[in-house]
Amino acid sequence: MAILVIAEHDGKNLKPGTTNTITAAGKLGGDVTVLVAGHNCAEAGAAAAKVKGVAKVLVSDAPQFEGALAENITALVLSVAKSYTHIVAPATGMGKNFMPRVAALLDVQQISDISSVVSADTFVRPTYAGNVMATVQSSDAIKVITVRATAFDPAGDGGSAPVEALAATPAAGLSKFNGQELTKSARPELTAARIIVSGGRGMGSAENFKILEPLADKLGAAVGASRAAVDSGFVPNDYQVGQTGKIVAPEMYVAVGISGAIQHLAGMKDSKVIVAINKDAEAPLFSIASYWIVDDLFKVVPELVTELG
Amino acid sequence: MKVLVTAKRVIDPYVKVRVKSDGTGVETANIKMTINPFCEIAVEQAVRMKEAGIVTEIVVVSIGPIQCQETIRTAMAMGADRGILVEMAEEAQPLAVAKILKAIIEKEQPRLVIMGKQAIDDDSNQCGQMVAALLGWPQATHISNVTINGDTADITREIDGGLEKLTVNLPAVVTADLRLNEPRYVTLPNIMKAKKKPLENIKPDALGVDVKPRLKTLKVAEPASRSAGVKVADAKELVAKLKNEARVI
Repeated sequence: MAILVIAEHDGKNLKPGTTNTITAAGKLGGDVTVLVAGHNCAEAGAAAAKVKGVAKVLVSDAPQFEGALAENITALVLSVAKSYTHIVAPATGMGKNFMPRVAALLDVQQISDISSVVSADTFVRPTYAGNVMATVQSSDAIKVITVRATAFDPAGDGGSAPVEALAATPAAGLSKFNGQELTKSARPELTAARIIVSGGRGMGSAENFKILEPLADKLGAAVGASRAAVDSGFVPNDYQVGQTGKIVAPEMYVAVGISGAIQHLAGMKDSKVIVAINKDAEAPLFSIASYWIVDDLFKVVPELVTELG
Repeated sequence: MKVLVTAKRVIDPYVKVRVKSDGTGVETANIKMTINPFCEIAVEQAVRMKEAGIVTEIVVVSIGPIQCQETIRTAMAMGADRGILVEMAEEAQPLAVAKILKAIIEKEQPRLVIMGKQAIDDDSNQCGQMVAALLGWPQATHISNVTINGDTADITREIDGGLEKLTVNLPAVVTADLRLNEPRYVTLPNIMKAKKKPLENIKPDALGVDVKPRLKTLKVAEPASRSAGVKVADAKELVAKLKNEARVI
């Protein structure tokens, strides 16, 4: 077994999700090589070398890898793919984007979003918004896998893997990266937060949504939202938690004014403690909540802020 | 320009999915089926581009059992011009779907392919990327905006931390995210009109592609359920529980 993990990073550090993916890769049984591709990404390569369980780091540093364009990253991964039995990446925005391209060009059926490794060729993955867990076995020679980060613990520090340069493949010339507009926030990232405060349709408006901020401040929490809140224009799409948004599993998830559609539960039901605040006593979210309050959120949220002191 | 869109038939997202008692799959008998919501957004985008005078013809493709004709008719009622059903009884996995679509796209020669970012049944999020790869075309996944400028398209993509801007050469494959548009409701006159639109029925064999599944589903099961929680009276009691019982704050 030889496993290649494709890292997601910001040039300096590994993004949350990559170290969990390294843990998943370790369960396949074999040497784990981490590929760090980017522009000016030497620091991220050094960070990957320190992760426990990593045997080798490949760094490919070139302008065409800025923005991780799927066409360009795919070409690079294909240049080394045949040396590995498994190619693994986190099922994040980046991994979802380029990995199926790699799989198709290797003539391999990708296994998306695995939540458990049964053996080197058999995996469990959630389907139907996490309501059905499918155990699937791959017959392909190379397994191309994306990993649900919340299902695996992050690998810690303690490694000292050698770092090698990998020759860059040329730009595909099919697309051009024009930049990113990242949501600026002093809060932790949703997928890395220990606590998340999330609002739904019950918040009523973008203005009202802001009452969650003092609560998030008190808890040191990230702020998330249901699809209904995004659809209603209360918050940007990158707040979305759910089947088609982000999958999270924090220590505590506080759902405010969220009724709990299947699609939302899919994104947060593995949180350790779930708190639900909703005035509708029949809200489906109560069925999975650890604690719930049936009351007007506009009364309870400020009271919570006061109680937290 | 010609646009090709895809429409997958899936279990209605508001239906509670049940696992068959023998663990071989999910119950589909007498279950409400619908067009995959992200495919619906893809169709809507194509129709809006036709209404704006950018697109001249919309071809919609569905792959699956004969009932997928209904899914195609839905897309036609929204405004697609012509349908192709690739009829197969067995499950088509994403790689097989991509190979089928590649064969059809090579014949139809669209300038743009619009697909949903993922199907809400198997949640794989693969097909659009695979089609683009097999054709050697650029891709733009999870898009929230697309503007055609001659031989290129300017794209806004939804990414984990916000938005990303790309320019892709045409032809290209794009996949629709939630905020690309809000699909229209189909009206009765348009449903009637859709019944008269041409719908071709072909078999995968005719396309000469290998559609054998590569993944074998060994079993399916419902996830472990959570232990029951408790209702608390107010903020004060909640904070006490979180401190002393759950110990998360």
